[in-house]
Amino acid sequence: MTQRMLDFEASARAALADASLQRALAGLPGGLVAERAAAKARLPEFEALRDAARDIRDHTLRNLDLYLKAFERRAAASGSRVHFASTAAEARDAILAICRAANATLIAKGKSMVSEEIGLNSHLEAAGAEVVETDLGEYLVQLRGERPSHIIAPAIHIDQAQAAADFRRRHTHLAQDRRLEEAPDLVAEARAILREKFLAADVGITGANFLIAETGAAVIVTNEGNGDLVALLPKVHIVVASIEKVVPTLEDAATLIRLLARSGTGQDMTAYTTFLAGPKRDGDPDGPEACHVVIVDNGRAALLGSEFREVLRCIRCGACMNHCPVYNAVGGHAYNSVYAGPIGAVLTPALIGLGEARDLPNASSFCGRCEEVCPVKIPLPKLMRSWREVDFARREAPLAARAALEAWAFCAKRPRLYHLATRLAVLALKMAARGRGAFGSFPLARGWTRHRDFPAPQGRTFHELWAKTKRGASA
Amino acid sequence: MSRDRVLATIRASLGCSEPEDEERVAAVERRLAAPLRHLIPACASRPHSERVGQFTRSLREQSAAVIEAAAPGRIPEAIARYLGEAGLPLRLKLGADPFLAALPWQETPALERLQGPAGPGDAVALSSAGAGVAETGTLVLLSGRDNPTSLAFLPETHIIAVAEAAIVGALEDAFDLVRARLGRGAMPRSLNLVSGPSRTGDIGGRIVLGAHGPRRLAVIVYKTDEGAVGAP
Repeated sequence: MTQRMLDFEASARAALADASLQRALAGLPGGLVAERAAAKARLPEFEALRDAARDIRDHTLRNLDLYLKAFERRAAASGSRVHFASTAAEARDAILAICRAANATLIAKGKSMVSEEIGLNSHLEAAGAEVVETDLGEYLVQLRGERPSHIIAPAIHIDQAQAAADFRRRHTHLAQDRRLEEAPDLVAEARAILREKFLAADVGITGANFLIAETGAAVIVTNEGNGDLVALLPKVHIVVASIEKVVPTLEDAATLIRLLARSGTGQDMTAYTTFLAGPKRDGDPDGPEACHVVIVDNGRAALLGSEFREVLRCIRCGACMNHCPVYNAVGGHAYNSVYAGPIGAVLTPALIGLGEARDLPNASSFCGRCEEVCPVKIPLPKLMRSWREVDFARREAPLAARAALEAWAFCAKRPRLYHLATRLAVLALKMAARGRGAFGSFPLARGWTRHRDFPAPQGRTFHELWAKTKRGASA
Repeated sequence: MSRDRVLATIRASLGCSEPEDEERVAAVERRLAAPLRHLIPACASRPHSERVGQFTRSLREQSAAVIEAAAPGRIPEAIARYLGEAGLPLRLKLGADPFLAALPWQETPALERLQGPAGPGDAVALSSAGAGVAETGTLVLLSGRDNPTSLAFLPETHIIAVAEAAIVGALEDAFDLVRARLGRGAMPRSLNLVSGPSRTGDIGGRIVLGAHGPRRLAVIVYKTDEGAVGAP
């Protein structure tokens, strides 16, 4: 594949030059980083819980077929209809068929990344339904015709003034001179508009943070309570979840829940964590008449047999994005992918093909913070490196990049040649620097020197200094 | 069929041969039949005497109001006082919960009660919690006729009554309570863990209460003569 859909370089450059995006990124996700650190400090067992969480996810993945079957059995026993979809298209069609059978014209949605992944909204809209996102961030993103830029904070790229402008532009039935100065003004306006949608919707669609094999329940974690209203008020509730969301028991979910909010927002627990099993029962005065669970594969089952299987441990907390220097610099949209940040860099090539997403595993400085904070200890840098290796082996990377890597490898495998080359380079640079400590500009490295000096070598290579200090002398 | 295709792909990826190896099936059945308790943090296993304070503190940190009642009989007046002081309507929506029904409502005649699920016009609702979790300041609500789920999400103010004796340390303890009450494997249609009023940070990163659910959560912790769950 030569035509790449995802040009990370171009969008990253645009993102760096986007003043309002940079303003929005300056406060968050850094704030979330501090909140997580505080939450971790309050819980001395945090690291031990990460080990337990990793083990839970690995055990489940090793027995994924069996836990899915157990979930299916128990969900059916509580009155849910369980559907499997091996591709995004199958999932979209299954959901559309349910909506059609319910004669749905208005569909309310809770936040769901897998619904973004399968392109659900546009599919339902093309069939004539109105689809309304109800998570405030998702609603804002939908008003703007964008996609979420963060897993748990979809509108993290939008500041309050922009949100107010969007509300004025799109909520044309309200007085133009109304007050929208403070965040609570905007929240109140959205609450009133969306409350009508909850009450009028024919079908509610939510994702699931977990599926519990023991009880057949889907777990929805929110702070707004929107997922609960979506699941409660319309007469049909559809859960859409990917295959790896299943966990064995409530105890397993408890450990993961202990880490989920703390890792994502730094809360000990979100305002609402809800375990939903099936439709309204005899005597229930509220709840949906029918309940469906659509379990989506979309490439994950095959991934399970690959070197990338650890990415399926992910519980979608967003900590890897919050802590990623690349994400913090360019935001989520630059990744041009449903999943951004380090998790997106590993997951996206698996979902849409490496040819389309080659830039993403390269959008990392390998600083390793993502792995350090991941609640289920996904070795994200290792997996990004694996993608780079796959890419190199396929010989599809741009010629210049390949040639440079091959030249470096040629030298690195020949120590004498490597030492000679580095010595010459260091000498040449020292002479070129003519006594100055650094270069203010440097050919072929303007991207670097535009923002900072390039230090000039002082005459010795690393190997020479190492050889000297190893003999006992301090440098 | 998609289902079989997905499951077959998983099995192929896992390198499992047909028929399913008995060992794997047995291990999974064991885990489902006897859930494995993982590490319970120290903050989730304090003695009952400390739990109530921990529960109250956590809820207040999450912007909930916490009111103590010396006995179940004091709950109606506590509600009337809370609503009066907050300038809220003295009209409650609640379910058929027998415990709530048996409270001495005649002592607060100004407090009007309506039974049933919440509708869009209801401003204040009252629920009775099955348990409280000290670890995170969490209320455990069980759906059904007694405490309809809509009470927890539609009104702007939600009041939840919880017995001091039902405040457990860890989330796992709350699950055990529900299992003991309903039997293994049986769960209410909806098990709602509530840890504060509805909130959002989606507008410019600032936390605003009352995104879609209640703006106000008031928790009434009442004393009973019964011993605490898992006391001391």
